[in-house]
Amino acid sequence: MGYSGLRVIWEGLRGQTGWKPMWRDPTPKAEYDVIIIGGGGHGLSTAYYLAKMHGITNVAVLEKGYLGGGNVGRNTTIVRANYFLPGNSEFYSHSLKLWEGLEADLNYNVMHSQRGLINLFHSDGQRDAFVRRGNAMINQGDDAVLLDREGVRKYLPYLDFDNVRFPIYGGLLHPRGGTARHDAVAWGYARGADSRGVDLIQNCEVTGIDIENGVVKGVQTTRGAIRAKKVAMVTAGRSGQVAALAGMRLPVESHVLQAFVTEGLKPVIDHVVSFGMGHFYISQSDKGGLVFGGDIDFYPSYAARGNLPMKEHVMDAAMTLMPMIGKAKVLRSWGGIMDMSPDGSPIIDRTHVDGLFVNYGWNYGGFKAVPASGYAYAHLIATGAPHETAAGFRLDRFRTGQGIIDEEGTGSQHNLH
Amino acid sequence: MRINCPHCGTRDRREFTWSGADVALNRPAPDAGEAAWDDYVHLRENPAGASRELWYHDPCGTFALVERDTVTHLVGDAVLAEKVAR
Ligand SMILES: Cc1cc2nc3c(=O)[nH]c(=O)nc-3n(C[C@H](O)[C@H](O)[C@H](O)COP(=O)(O)OP(=O)(O)OC[C@H]3O[C@@H](n4cnc5c(N)ncnc54)[C@H](O)[C@@H]3O)c2cc1C
Ligand SMILES: [Zn+2]
Repeated sequence: MGYSGLRVIWEGLRGQTGWKPMWRDPTPKAEYDVIIIGGGGHGLSTAYYLAKMHGITNVAVLEKGYLGGGNVGRNTTIVRANYFLPGNSEFYSHSLKLWEGLEADLNYNVMHSQRGLINLFHSDGQRDAFVRRGNAMINQGDDAVLLDREGVRKYLPYLDFDNVRFPIYGGLLHPRGGTARHDAVAWGYARGADSRGVDLIQNCEVTGIDIENGVVKGVQTTRGAIRAKKVAMVTAGRSGQVAALAGMRLPVESHVLQAFVTEGLKPVIDHVVSFGMGHFYISQSDKGGLVFGGDIDFYPSYAARGNLPMKEHVMDAAMTLMPMIGKAKVLRSWGGIMDMSPDGSPIIDRTHVDGLFVNYGWNYGGFKAVPASGYAYAHLIATGAPHETAAGFRLDRFRTGQGIIDEEGTGSQHNLH
Repeated sequence: MRINCPHCGTRDRREFTWSGADVALNRPAPDAGEAAWDDYVHLRENPAGASRELWYHDPCGTFALVERDTVTHLVGDAVLAEKVAR
């Protein structure tokens, strides 16, 4: 049964006895048309769009832990379409449009809040770069507004505008940018996929990929062997290990990215704000906690927890930008394992094995990509051809040097993004 | 995390810059071909567990080849990268 305001009232009146689990807990079948390895945001949205857009419902999502226990439940929830380079621009633009219709499509409240994203700049050179980025966003059909110092002050009066080292010159406002409830996105897609017949199988780690004569035949798992006509890998930070099961070495390094949340406070930060002179960005969750983060720790890690130096850097930057934050108490910090690609952009592609597909390289920005990535991956799996919005995300671009999408302009090498 | 420098001993992680997996020591010949260079520049073992990697010690300007576990962050022995046989 669908969810609605009326339903909430009705269930309230009869003691909340009518709610059902949102998905089944099926035992794996012997064979599927498509197996998706990884029940994160991207795996679940892929399953959903396979069923919805392509009518392919004999599908299993195999998740080694629980649904949403990976990065999809660990991120800082920022959703935006402010990319710069062809390849990325059209993809993230498509993703934001899917976000804008997502709650109605899924009949699920993902708390998508387009509260506006403001990237601050602190020098003339940075302003020029943001003007250029804003123009690229507008060219793509998305929105961008250049704010001068007084324009920023109107929205964010609490910033230290006259900081001696890093005075605020202005900001680039992306009004359609914002946040969403990360767990709800995983749950909404899971419920939508399950209701269309997809089997969501938890506590099921893939330990082998069966290949015969260059054609994929199925997988080995901790819950037995399962045959499949097609197998789609989408395991974020674990992409290297899973691809190794198919004898592949990927251009990928796994690094840890940390995040922080304070005690719940009354509404104080209405937007998503990023500092231009250090690694710090922040928003306030609907529960009231200030949610903020910075950059990766810059060494490979699977520990899902980070070290003190990056914590200090983030706190320093926070205090520099908005000294009022010093009064808030940090409650928790955690880390997630990021699938870092050499050029900082993702891969959605076929592999050298027939019927085996790969989706990874989301770096620290794959939450906003969840809808469009699933959409494009489902298209690739169903039709064999890349979707037009993700045609640039080819795996061989590193080897050939053609089609590199180096959004940050730092070079296409590991450890630079 | 504290890391070993073969010259200076155990120092805080802040003094070091991570400089890549040990594959960085196996630079192919200029004419080794596309596959060898792809391997060297892009493809990675990316191990979850025991790992050998280069850390640059900023104060003394040394590249150390350090054993470290990427799951526990436990740091082991370190040798001068220049002494490592290729
Ligand atoms: C601290 C932090 C902040 C972030 N902030 C943002 C942000 O503000 N905006 C944004 O857009 N992005 C952000 N990201 C990035 C974003 O969260 C990720 O890029 C994205 O969630 C990755 O895709 P996923 O959801 O599919 O990954 P995951 O949720 O990690 O899914 C992968 C799944 O694969 C499973 N798996 C692995 N190996 C196997 C196996 N062998 N068999 C079966 N299953 C397996 C894992 O258990 C996991 O559940 C952030 C990430 C972190 C860590
Ligand atoms: Zn030293």
